[in-house]
Amino acid sequence: MTLAQRARLRAGLVMAPPLMWVLVFLFVPYLITFAYSFYAKQFPTFVPDFQFGNYQQLVEDSQYYRVLFRTLKIAAATAVLALVLAYPLAYFLVFKVRSPSLRAVLYMATIVPLWVSYLLRAYTWKTILGSEGVLNSFLIWSGISSEPSEWFLYSQFSMVITLTYIFIPFMVMPIYTALEKVPRNLVEASKDLGVGPIRSFVRVVLPLSMPGVIAGITFTFCLSFGDFIAPFLVGGPDGAMVATVIQSQFGAALNWPLGSALSIVMLVLVLTIISLSDHMERSGRLDLA
Amino acid sequence: MASETQSIDSAKPLRLWRGGGKLPWADWSLGLYAAGVMAFLYLPIAVLILFSFNDNRSMSLPLKDFTWRWYEAFLANEDMLEAIGNSLYVASIATTITCLIGVPAALALDRYNFPGKAAFRRAVLLPIALPGIITGISMLNMAKMLGVNLSLETVIAGHATALVSIVVTQVYARLQRFNRRLEEASADLGVGPIRTFWRVTMPNIKSAIIGSALLSFTLSFDEIPVTFFLTGRDNTLPMYIYSTMRRGITPEINAVGTVIILVSLVLIVLSVVLLRDRSDKA
Repeated sequence: MTLAQRARLRAGLVMAPPLMWVLVFLFVPYLITFAYSFYAKQFPTFVPDFQFGNYQQLVEDSQYYRVLFRTLKIAAATAVLALVLAYPLAYFLVFKVRSPSLRAVLYMATIVPLWVSYLLRAYTWKTILGSEGVLNSFLIWSGISSEPSEWFLYSQFSMVITLTYIFIPFMVMPIYTALEKVPRNLVEASKDLGVGPIRSFVRVVLPLSMPGVIAGITFTFCLSFGDFIAPFLVGGPDGAMVATVIQSQFGAALNWPLGSALSIVMLVLVLTIISLSDHMERSGRLDLA
Repeated sequence: MASETQSIDSAKPLRLWRGGGKLPWADWSLGLYAAGVMAFLYLPIAVLILFSFNDNRSMSLPLKDFTWRWYEAFLANEDMLEAIGNSLYVASIATTITCLIGVPAALALDRYNFPGKAAFRRAVLLPIALPGIITGISMLNMAKMLGVNLSLETVIAGHATALVSIVVTQVYARLQRFNRRLEEASADLGVGPIRTFWRVTMPNIKSAIIGSALLSFTLSFDEIPVTFFLTGRDNTLPMYIYSTMRRGITPEINAVGTVIILVSLVLIVLSVVLLRDRSDKA
């Protein structure tokens, strides 16, 4: 074997396992799901077919519309709330905390919860917001209210709070990174030119941090859009989200083709949002060049 | 410029943050707001831990006596212990696979050109932003088509697929900063490519591999959306907790949750330290 041949063989050996894995466990499953979405339901399972009945059902039956609309609304509310909470925090850490080591510790403290058990973090909100939960018992104990409120739990409010809590580090991370990249001398220059702090922020810092904001919104929106743990734990009877409906098609409702069609709809929606935001981030970057 | 800011910083070493500008009240309210957000992040975790020691079946205030009984209950709960064992098994094998797949994938993305590279990169990274349910459903569909029975092994395949992106991104980032001249020097000295990899490249990316492995272990141990669809008769710990939540919530969940959170915190902090960009510190 020549050296070039050996090098090529080595490259092939390095690339083969990951390529095979991605092919077998990512592309093929997506293709199968796509194929299943055209299959026909036949109790108790389903049979191969090529028909658009499942997609037709999603379009014609208004309950899927309502669930989709509700999910979009909750995911959007989560993204907005997360942004409102995360941006000032990230800004404070980057621009106001003087000591670099304190900043590093605080930043780490902000993103560490991201990796701590997703289920337990959702569960703890159930114990906080429940009618016999921490919040209600606190309100009664302290005399602020006389009766437990059912309103906190099993509502869209509780879902937005819980989802925000779960996914907010995904908002802090990209915004923090974007703010760190804002050249300090630009901020100084703006100050030197007599521009007030609020206008410097609006005209200099905010536009430069937009790529981070867009990335954060994309992450929190897409992840809460596809969540089914929060609706299960803290969502009410009218709290079903798209992922809840998918889950039930593969469980109690036993309609895998319809569930597959709904998964494909979700996949396409999420991919569209991701590539849109990719595009926006890139065009934002081009503006700066 | 960095030294300049440092000299300004060191002039007033006692002040922790930059206040006292044109808008001191704005700085103070921003600080308060940031503290409030941090409280929002940690209060729920504190509540979870607090009620694991509270001698009351219902989780309401005021607190009652301190107790270990919820910890005793979960340590005596054989189903739960079995689920913990299953989770440890799944997380260790899945993490091993993510490293075996992720490190070569990062190497391939860093130094080789091959047809479909862009698609490959997108596919590997997709599971980070994609809701877990899609990964879970599509692998369930594949298992169904192939007639594979669901088991802990299908869960392992699902976790490895969902988490490989963590290893790829971290190791790739480290490789990008790695000075390729070192490898060239090693080759010039007559060291073969395989030994060069182990003696030169590996020591430089080792901490990134260990860090991302710890992260992927923690995430696999706690994973639920993929596990939900791929598990057979054996439950992992999060699935066991999920199914007990159907029947109602008990402080026993808080007790096992406290243990999970504390162990995860240690692993994650360790991993974040290992993954940190060394050049930041310089």
